[in-house]
Amino acid sequence: MTDQAAPVIEMRGVSKFFGDFQALKSVDLQVARGERVVVCGPSGSGKSTLIRCINRLEEHESGEIIVEGTTLSDDPASLDKIRGAVGMVFQQFNLFPHLTVRENLTLGPRRVLGLSEAEADARAMTYLERVRIPDQADKLPRQLSGGQQQRVAIARSLCMESRILLFDEPTSALDPEMIAEVLEVMTELATSGMTMIVVTHEMGFARKVADKMVFMDQGEVVEVGPPEQVFTAPKSKRFATFLNQILNH
Amino acid sequence: MRTVILTLALLTLAGCSSAGWYVVDPTTTRGWNNLTFMLSGAYYTILLSVTAISISIVIGLLVALPGLSKNIWWRRFNRTYVEIVRAVPVLVLILYIYYGLPAMSDAITLSVFWSGVIALALSDSAFQAEIFRGGIQSIARGQYEAAQSISLNYRDTMRFVILPQAIRRILPALGNQLVYMLKMSSLVSVIGMQELTRKANELSVTEYRPLEIYTVLVLEYLVLILIVSYFVRRLERRLQASEV
Repeated sequence: MTDQAAPVIEMRGVSKFFGDFQALKSVDLQVARGERVVVCGPSGSGKSTLIRCINRLEEHESGEIIVEGTTLSDDPASLDKIRGAVGMVFQQFNLFPHLTVRENLTLGPRRVLGLSEAEADARAMTYLERVRIPDQADKLPRQLSGGQQQRVAIARSLCMESRILLFDEPTSALDPEMIAEVLEVMTELATSGMTMIVVTHEMGFARKVADKMVFMDQGEVVEVGPPEQVFTAPKSKRFATFLNQILNH
Repeated sequence: MRTVILTLALLTLAGCSSAGWYVVDPTTTRGWNNLTFMLSGAYYTILLSVTAISISIVIGLLVALPGLSKNIWWRRFNRTYVEIVRAVPVLVLILYIYYGLPAMSDAITLSVFWSGVIALALSDSAFQAEIFRGGIQSIARGQYEAAQSISLNYRDTMRFVILPQAIRRILPALGNQLVYMLKMSSLVSVIGMQELTRKANELSVTEYRPLEIYTVLVLEYLVLILIVSYFVRRLERRLQASEV
């Protein structure tokens, strides 16, 4: 499977229920290697659920999710394979508060990838430099600003050498002045060829970075297309209304 | 601290109203011998409590984890264990294990010490299980999700992510259990364990001075537990330095 055009993530008819509430209604989505997808939509539209299904933080009830040729199922081997390929950055950072930045970054490489302490440490420093906070390595998460914490969280995913990164509203819990530093790191990642799916309301980032925009509403993918097309000429009324609200607030 | 001093003063006053203090007067040979006799019980009180709580923490954790499982049968196992063990009075458990178990089969022989340890550990483990379950449940779901997203398995997630945080949170409760255990160990005196209470009982019978002897006994427990509290608090503060 070296075909660049073959999708690395393919979702077919994916549905997800929370009790009686249907969070995803038969969603189809394809993501190619190196593609940057930005998912937007009003709150409760199912965009977080969509990406959380990809690494099975949520279990979908029907449909198929195929990541790098592996179909996501109850088989633990498939899950291990997919989680190995897919990293995730959370809205609330979810750093391990009792571990230093360095320990946050080396835990996975040492326990999962079997790296030695020195190897894991070297890798951690490489990625900390990439997110521009190598000097914070021995601090605890709470000693860092929100923006710095989120950059550590990004570095933690990178340390696992994931080929696909999922971002679940990575800037929504940040103060305005810290949003830029996180988006900058993400933009840099995007130019490095990482496959990214980003749930965000940052339309400036979407315009600049996205290859593909996905607009969701009420559990459905309402509109998909390149940003220049969907921003200037949204096909659906729902997306047009949403864009209006978010751009002219 | 002021309350402690006040209590001590009151106890001393209670004792002073009697003329029997000579039995524990350290300036006389007899008093000194009596005191060292009583204090020598501390060895077994501490050994018994510390062994029992170490075992009960391990059992408690092993019982707590199935209580957090998605599988209903694991959860039922947890509930059943906790409800049954918690319902047996410690004293009854001590008698049951020491006198009851050996009667089942000749193959079972238990010393006084190990009967005591097993009874105290079992009894405490039900409470430990609930403490651990509560502590683990208090850790935010995001911590599990972050661990999953970097592919940590269940064991590593518990060992490196969840338990270190949960233990910081339940430390006050664990300290409580240790204090409780020190006091519960006095019940093992009924099967002849030579710990603090048993020594006091024996002395009280020969000296016939229960007020003075039991006053000293109360003080022994008080001092022991104050020392434990001090160290638990210090540990709490040290861990809090690296808390969220």
